Amino acid sequence: MIEFHNVSKRYSNGYEALTGVTLQVGEGEMVFLTGHSGAGKSTLMKLIMLIERPTQGQVIIGGRNLDRLRASQIPFHRRQVGVVFQNHQLLFDRSVFDNVALPLQIAGVHPREIGRRVRAALDKVGLLEHERAYPVTLSGGEQQRVGIARAVVNKPPVLLADEPTGNLDPDLSADIMQLFCEFNQVGVTVLIASHDWSLIRSVGARVLTLEHGQLVHDGALP
Amino acid sequence: MNREATVRGARLSRTGLADHWQAWRQHHRTSALDSFGRLAETPLQTLMTALVVAIALALPATLLLAMGNVQRLGERWDSNPKMTVFLKHGAQDAAITNLRESLRKVPEIQELEYISPEQALQSFQAQSGFSEALAALDSNPLPPALVITPIAAEPASLDALRQRIAADPLVDGVSLDMEWVRRLNAIMNLGKQLVLGLAALLGAGVLLVIGNTIRLEIESRREEIVVIKLVGGTDGFVRRPFLYTGFWYGVIGGLLACLLVSVGVASLAGPVRNLAATYHDTFVLQGLGLLGCVALVACCIGLGLLGAWLAVGRHLSAIEPR
Repeated sequence: MIEFHNVSKRYSNGYEALTGVTLQVGEGEMVFLTGHSGAGKSTLMKLIMLIERPTQGQVIIGGRNLDRLRASQIPFHRRQVGVVFQNHQLLFDRSVFDNVALPLQIAGVHPREIGRRVRAALDKVGLLEHERAYPVTLSGGEQQRVGIARAVVNKPPVLLADEPTGNLDPDLSADIMQLFCEFNQVGVTVLIASHDWSLIRSVGARVLTLEHGQLVHDGALP
Repeated sequence: MNREATVRGARLSRTGLADHWQAWRQHHRTSALDSFGRLAETPLQTLMTALVVAIALALPATLLLAMGNVQRLGERWDSNPKMTVFLKHGAQDAAITNLRESLRKVPEIQELEYISPEQALQSFQAQSGFSEALAALDSNPLPPALVITPIAAEPASLDALRQRIAADPLVDGVSLDMEWVRRLNAIMNLGKQLVLGLAALLGAGVLLVIGNTIRLEIESRREEIVVIKLVGGTDGFVRRPFLYTGFWYGVIGGLLACLLVSVGVASLAGPVRNLAATYHDTFVLQGLGLLGCVALVACCIGLGLLGAWLAVGRHLSAIEPR
């Protein structure tokens, strides 16, 4: 589902964030991406979302070579990749319902269908009673769950999460991780950037470790 | 079997298209309402920007309207130009009768009226108030004349007719009293060009004002744009609410411009009627009318949309997720 072939990324200021990374994540797999800050985790995710383009190598998502995508096709690629951001990226002037409905409106889903699917997603993350609330009235963990609902509402085949439990206490983190496991069980390919070792250990999934832009470990946690 | 599959496929794709169409219309509706709501949240600022649009378009609209009225006034006097043919002093009656007979056969002439020197003197005495001075003269200084009403009204054929008549040895001179109408028309055409130039300049000003307003709006909604792009919003989707903002500025500005022009016309209508009355005329000032109002609002909407389009095209591409 996610393939990197000898991918390097050098930013315009000369900083080389990734060097010759080759990896494969199969369909329906759940993988953790770890490494110290600045190791290249964010860059790797940005390449998948086409926020950045590699300076060398090829990224293939769902059999589609991103190298060949024109700028006008980027929005349609992003609809195939649900993303949970560390800083949530919610719109604070819109209700929880409207935040989660955004990807469906963009994708051109029938207005009647939108209501049904948004409520299903909010129900999944346990926020159904907050659909009329504004994100600012919610706690950090609740905001994170709104972000998760928005990432999965359009049923993307790939789900990325950048430090989804970064600012949460252990109990909440376990809840969130449980959600990701449930999405993975219904066939979604999940890639989570995290350095919460205890959590990763508890899930026991495959781990990719980056160091100074290079892939130094691929497999179960040592 | 095969046929059935084809039918089912067609039906599926039609439903998909209908869904997209529904969603697209829904987004237009929400974008339009949302943009209007945002403008209504800051009424004073919205009114100021709309007033800039209104004044900038009301000015050329008023000038065009004024010139249209002046031209209409000219046309009223221009409707049947008459040609006065002055004959030589002491022309023989028989020769004059011959000339009248031959002119009657000219197809371009609709009406022919002979005014003898005596008749001319009488009507001059009656109208001019110089009766006593004229009575003191020994002889009648006025020549015999023919007043011709031509069928054609366009300057070229009138001129040809004039030259033909002037060629007759009996004719002293031909006066075609429409030079001033022609000059007025020329001045009006020049004026129209000037007003159109002015309108183009003011329109460019409106584009800049709306463009700048939209640029600030884009700047203040930067985060929203980033999020929309992150979850797969196309440029068209991002552009839509801003285009509606420009559209609303155009609508409000256009309606205000109509109001300004109408108030101006209404306040001038009375004085113009009084002035016309002193010339024994019933001229009535013509306003914008429904069609004019529609055209004015359409112009404003066009400028609003174009200004928004330019600003969005220029600034939206600069906002990308990082």
